[in-house]
Amino acid sequence: MSSDLNDPTGVNHYVAPAATTTLVVDAVRVDEKPSNLWSDAWRDLRRRPVFWVSLLVVAIVLLMAIWPTLFTQVAPNNGCELSNSNGGPSDGHPLGFTFLGCDVWSRMVWGARTSLTVGLLATIIGTVIGLIMGAFAGFYGGWLDSLLSRIGDIFFSIPYILAAIVVMSVFSTNRNVFTLAFAIGGFAWASTARVVRAEVLRVRQADFVTASRALGKSRFGTLISHVIPNAIAPLLVITTISLAAAIVAEATLAFLGVGLGSDVMSWGNDIAQAQQSLRVAPMALIYPSIILTVTVLAFILLGELIRDALDPRARARR
Amino acid sequence: MSETAREPLLSVRDLRVAFESQSGSREVLHDVNFDIFPGETIAIVGESGSGKSTTASAIIQLLPGTGHVTAGSIMLGDDDLTLRNQAQMANIRGREIGYVPQDPMSNLNPVWSIGFQVKEAVRANGIASGKKEIEARAIEVLKQAGLADAEKRMHQYPHQFSGGMRQRALIGIGLAADPKLLIADEPTSALDVTVQRVILDHMAKLTREKGTSVLLITHDLGLAAERAERIIVMKDGEIVESGPSRLILENPQHPYTQRLVAAAPSIASQRIQAVVEDRGVQSLADVADAAPTLRVRELTKDYKIRQGSFRSEPFRAVDAVSFEIPRGKTLALVGESGSGKSTVAKMVLKLEDPTSGSIEVDGVDVAGLSRKETFALRRRMQPVFQDPYGSLDPMRNIGNTIAEPLEIHKVGDAASRRARVTELLDQVSLPQSLASRYANELSGGQRQRVAIARALALKPDIVVLDEAVSALDVLVQDQILKLLADLQSELGLTYLFITHDLAVVRVAADLVCVMERGKVVEQGTVDEIFANPTEQYTRRLLDAIPGASIPLGGAAAAGL
Repeated sequence: MSSDLNDPTGVNHYVAPAATTTLVVDAVRVDEKPSNLWSDAWRDLRRRPVFWVSLLVVAIVLLMAIWPTLFTQVAPNNGCELSNSNGGPSDGHPLGFTFLGCDVWSRMVWGARTSLTVGLLATIIGTVIGLIMGAFAGFYGGWLDSLLSRIGDIFFSIPYILAAIVVMSVFSTNRNVFTLAFAIGGFAWASTARVVRAEVLRVRQADFVTASRALGKSRFGTLISHVIPNAIAPLLVITTISLAAAIVAEATLAFLGVGLGSDVMSWGNDIAQAQQSLRVAPMALIYPSIILTVTVLAFILLGELIRDALDPRARARR
Repeated sequence: MSETAREPLLSVRDLRVAFESQSGSREVLHDVNFDIFPGETIAIVGESGSGKSTTASAIIQLLPGTGHVTAGSIMLGDDDLTLRNQAQMANIRGREIGYVPQDPMSNLNPVWSIGFQVKEAVRANGIASGKKEIEARAIEVLKQAGLADAEKRMHQYPHQFSGGMRQRALIGIGLAADPKLLIADEPTSALDVTVQRVILDHMAKLTREKGTSVLLITHDLGLAAERAERIIVMKDGEIVESGPSRLILENPQHPYTQRLVAAAPSIASQRIQAVVEDRGVQSLADVADAAPTLRVRELTKDYKIRQGSFRSEPFRAVDAVSFEIPRGKTLALVGESGSGKSTVAKMVLKLEDPTSGSIEVDGVDVAGLSRKETFALRRRMQPVFQDPYGSLDPMRNIGNTIAEPLEIHKVGDAASRRARVTELLDQVSLPQSLASRYANELSGGQRQRVAIARALALKPDIVVLDEAVSALDVLVQDQILKLLADLQSELGLTYLFITHDLAVVRVAADLVCVMERGKVVEQGTVDEIFANPTEQYTRRLLDAIPGASIPLGGAAAAGL
């Protein structure tokens, strides 16, 4: 053996001082903070101001929908006086009046309920259909996959606004929040299904799925308890974005005159009705448009942030 | 020594590398020092996370993400590489320092032909100019790399190459410009042992002819000792020991190196035994009178391989495989990738149906079982899979993961299940507080322990270990193998051990079946087969174990 143990270049034999390294193999570090995908994501989100701003906007809009009298004391429908038609802001009516002389701010506050209900319902319907179709197609594969995926492709090829127009025209006598939500959600699930299918295909390969089968768990049980929970993260992101899209769709259908009846208060109806006096009183159109845009933007930002937070690689890039 | 008088080709001094993250700067290399002399092969050995690959990427300035050199120098001749910018480094990479990456599957671009990618390297390094010359040089490079029909191969795409051929192409690209130094980062870890041997032999021949120095990064001490003149052992970003290969292996001084050498399985190792007096199975006569727990007869599996739209061709993945495992013993199914060993495991676990043949557990043919009986059978037979990162559901905490089998089979109530989880965590030497944690906090070895605990929850008789220790570092692998041996003697478990690693078979199994392309080519006790392999294929496998001929002095020194 060579003599110079302190030669660090290793041409001769070099041995580091033994005390500098500990020799516990594979020690468990339980003192560290527990972490998992969701708690890591939360820690990341917590530090981002945009997240809090978006959350605040969403919270305010939700509060408006649940408890409109918190924001305005003026009744949105009764007490409209034609003498106030297209009137500017006045005492107690900060945003002025509509063509029919109703309070713009009050209508915006009360309209939040319809817009959000339609948005949430349509999203839930779309997500549930998409989740079922995608999960079954991806997990079971074979002919079921071919069948469900082709059905998905058909729905994917129909622009859902167009489909919703047709459905709403058919239901012309029976338009309510539910038919509208079905018309939007029932045609918007195809992209959700595709994402779920891809995720399920990925998770299905994992050993823990095989292990669960080897334990004697049924295929369906494995799908529910192991595969879907692991495929849900990207779905969450799509959900926030499709919520925003559904709110816009409601407004679009209302604007085209195939939305909810004109007696229903919604942002879409407000915008549709304000267009006839766009030149005289543009603000009656602009204000509901602003709240619609801000709400939609808040949902989309929230979705993007959650996606980034759930993806460790995206976190590292920042 | 005369070699100290020579000028080193590459000289790394006090190198520190740190990664930046949201929580601040984390140093991963601390004062690394070493020299590489012209024409010399040196190996950096270490476990995952030891900083061996980081050292390699620091030299060529290809540190991933936010990594950067914070101190020290990397002298290539008179040129300090840490002071070079990326444009200057681009000239050095390839021309001065060649690089062979780890994974041949992902390091060739699948949309370009092999020839295009070799030509690209030739052009980028300015070795040849003009279309004809570049083409000629590319063919030469591939021929040198050992691809005989290079002209034809040039136009093929990576998916038409086997793993070994891809790695040859990558070595060819790495050596295309005749660099002075070749850095090979785990060049053969993804390949079968016999292929590994051929590739490394070829790389050694090429670099010897050209006088290229090689920096070999590997986790395999035996491979390092066989291929390199000097070994550098790294741990946690520090060099713990370095010196001539033989010296390190025969007379390791640092406690860590001693343990590493002791834990490295090789042909010379002994079977890991829980009880010292039990000498294990030495000949088939020892087990002849014991009733087999698992008996597999003439097991065959055909797959249909799709050829175009409607035609399909049968492919025999498993061909008339027969073996028996006596109660409380371990049988290893050994083979290279594609030998059908995992398919056998799947059929034994009843996750795939055999085309023909039978599987008997305690004399009962499992094929004829009803749904209910199959469900009951699953209690007696449990798997542990290879990938420690894929075998646990990341959305479930450890306690629920281990309790899942109990829930499925409706064993006990909530309180007794909790008690059983605690007991199981104890059995696999994990702290009880882990029950409320999630898998992503655990290391690979710890995850594998959890997977073992889950497999043991229902007190099975048979455990199928499908490459269960292949993805683990040597020391952790040794620990898990010891755990498995302890559990076997304690609970009387019967193991079906699927592996590609003959060295692991030596320490972990009583009986062995060697499989090649779906057929069992040789079977017997481990002692018999390792002492006198009769089949050519078995002999080739045994010869291919890296470092087989090098005596390991570590076991005695470490007192293990």
